[in-house]
Amino acid sequence: MKLKKGIPLIDQGNKLGFWGGKFGGNFVPETLKKPIEDLEILFNKLKKDEKFIKERDKHFKNWIGTPTRFIKLENLTKHVGGAQIWSKVVSDANGGAHKIYNATVHCLLAKRSGKKIICGDTGAGYAGKMLSMAAKKFGLKCKIFMGAKDIARQQPNVKAIKKNGAEIVPVYSGSQTLVDAVSECMRFWVANCDTTAMCVGSTVGPAVFVRICGWSTSQISRELKVQLIEEFGSIPKKLKLYNCVGGGSSSFGFWNEFMDLNKKQCEFVGVEAGGPAKSKKHAAPLTYGSKIGILHGAAQYVNQNSDGQIEETESISAGLDYPGISPLHCFLKDTKRARYTAASDEEALSAYKLVTKFENLRPSLEPSHAFFVAIKEAKRLSKDTIVVVNSCGDAYKDRGILEKRLGKKYAKSN
Amino acid sequence: MPNPISIAFKKAKQENRPALLTYTVAGDSTKQQSLNILKSIYKNADILEVGFPHNTPVADGSQIQTSAYRAIKNGIKLNDIFKIVKDFKKLAKDKPIILMGYYNMIFQFGENNFLNKCKASGVNGLIVVDLPWPENKVFAKKCKRKSIYFIQLLSPTTTSKRLKKIINNSHSMNYFISMLSTTGGKLKVSPNEILKKYKKIKKLNPKKDIVIGFGITEKTIKKLKSADGLVVGSAICKEITRSLKSGQNPVTNVGRLVKKLKNKIK
Repeated sequence: MKLKKGIPLIDQGNKLGFWGGKFGGNFVPETLKKPIEDLEILFNKLKKDEKFIKERDKHFKNWIGTPTRFIKLENLTKHVGGAQIWSKVVSDANGGAHKIYNATVHCLLAKRSGKKIICGDTGAGYAGKMLSMAAKKFGLKCKIFMGAKDIARQQPNVKAIKKNGAEIVPVYSGSQTLVDAVSECMRFWVANCDTTAMCVGSTVGPAVFVRICGWSTSQISRELKVQLIEEFGSIPKKLKLYNCVGGGSSSFGFWNEFMDLNKKQCEFVGVEAGGPAKSKKHAAPLTYGSKIGILHGAAQYVNQNSDGQIEETESISAGLDYPGISPLHCFLKDTKRARYTAASDEEALSAYKLVTKFENLRPSLEPSHAFFVAIKEAKRLSKDTIVVVNSCGDAYKDRGILEKRLGKKYAKSN
Repeated sequence: MPNPISIAFKKAKQENRPALLTYTVAGDSTKQQSLNILKSIYKNADILEVGFPHNTPVADGSQIQTSAYRAIKNGIKLNDIFKIVKDFKKLAKDKPIILMGYYNMIFQFGENNFLNKCKASGVNGLIVVDLPWPENKVFAKKCKRKSIYFIQLLSPTTTSKRLKKIINNSHSMNYFISMLSTTGGKLKVSPNEILKKYKKIKKLNPKKDIVIGFGITEKTIKKLKSADGLVVGSAICKEITRSLKSGQNPVTNVGRLVKKLKNKIK
């Protein structure tokens, strides 16, 4: 299994949509074969269409607000006393997280295909919030599927989704989290694919959805590359990019432009959700060696029992609380291009405390996982090493959890 | 010897009626009860579809989901399901059984291992909801070698070009999904329209047996009776749920329901 240079990773799958011959694919009911094929044809055409790219870039610039900031965390760097710690503040993007890129592209595709309705899944509520924003902007009706447990714990985003005029469909089956929301959204698409477009909220699902999402979030690394060169004159010799990994959309987008660099120059570190320290449940299939299985149409490493039943996950962060992981990351793991590890709930909270203590930055619980590992490793790294953490979401949505776990002070800081 | 599935279709044709196919979930609500349900319906049903329940079923509506979650909660495993089939076949060895489910369970069990177990316990056909053509080519071939029918699914969204290819590659039986829906949806297309599409598919190769499923209930079954076979699933799962909730015996109730269904298409 090998990565190819000079070809975007999203285009390195084989004819049936498998990366490395075994990750991804299209394990879907017959009814979805045609709509998926239609979407593939449309996407393959438009991603080469200069007019479409121009349109995308216009919306990215004027509406989402690009580029998001690339800043040095001076105080944190001083406190840690090792590598330089920087952050790409992707939460600057309109709506407060990276999910806006994928949502915007899906709405543009839906418009081109003549669909009037778009449906989508959400865990932390960001994918749902962004899809509802983009749907509103582009004049599409919007339906968001969200687990009942996530609706309870991510209220600020739920309110935002409703305010944008989208309908929220609570999902009560299974663990009532993201995994069930994605299933229910796919079921809705099965029954309504003639009128409705579907947006999968991360780099998961049938191959074309993995590709569209990866193509969209890659905006992050396109910006970062320019910013690194502006700041350092060239891409630093020792660069480490830390990102949380749930489904894997922000991390893939954060790394994509640097894929062809030697990993000694630019290392990718993906941080999964280890769950509560005392619990056996987790959302870290790569770190804890889960077996390959099929979830939501794609072969991937996934938490499951010996019979192939998908196992329940547990994480403080709704956005990472997913038993599977993008086929792209499975491929990056097996080709050893990226390294994966996990941080527990408690570790993510401690990192949140530390970052907010020293910096005017409020990463949500998802990137707080990445901050924990970055800070831990930065201590032992040389001063000329550039550590960059993708702060891909804002903690506003987490204020209920933060108040409960850390006290009022932390929910309101910054 | 021909596959009992083909014999069942032949027999129904001789009686000038469609074959009645039932779908129940193995282990719903217990292993014993699901076996007893099969025993209570097999005299009126021509082919028994037995679901191996999965906990992320992306093509199933709420009725079958409820049955599946109930069975999983009560501890059903693939090995138990093979045992249920084997025990049933002791009673009625010629009654065709089709296992139906999602690919991950087969993948984890190992394709070859799974097929060996199918063969040993007397399974005659397989429907794998999320392993469409051409992804299923290799597995379907393996099934054929074991004389197990791999049943291809066809949908209203399947293009004519694709239909031809699938039918050409298919074994003897195919399954036409009546409408854009998960299982158990209300019939949102008129039976006439469904039959129109059905006949178009049937023309591609009249020798293949094609059944219609999704949205078929006591109310709608009669109107579709010109098909080779009709599948009732969610309506049965719903009856099991209703019986359990009202403290009645699902075994007798489902037995009665299937008898009624049979009478409608006689």
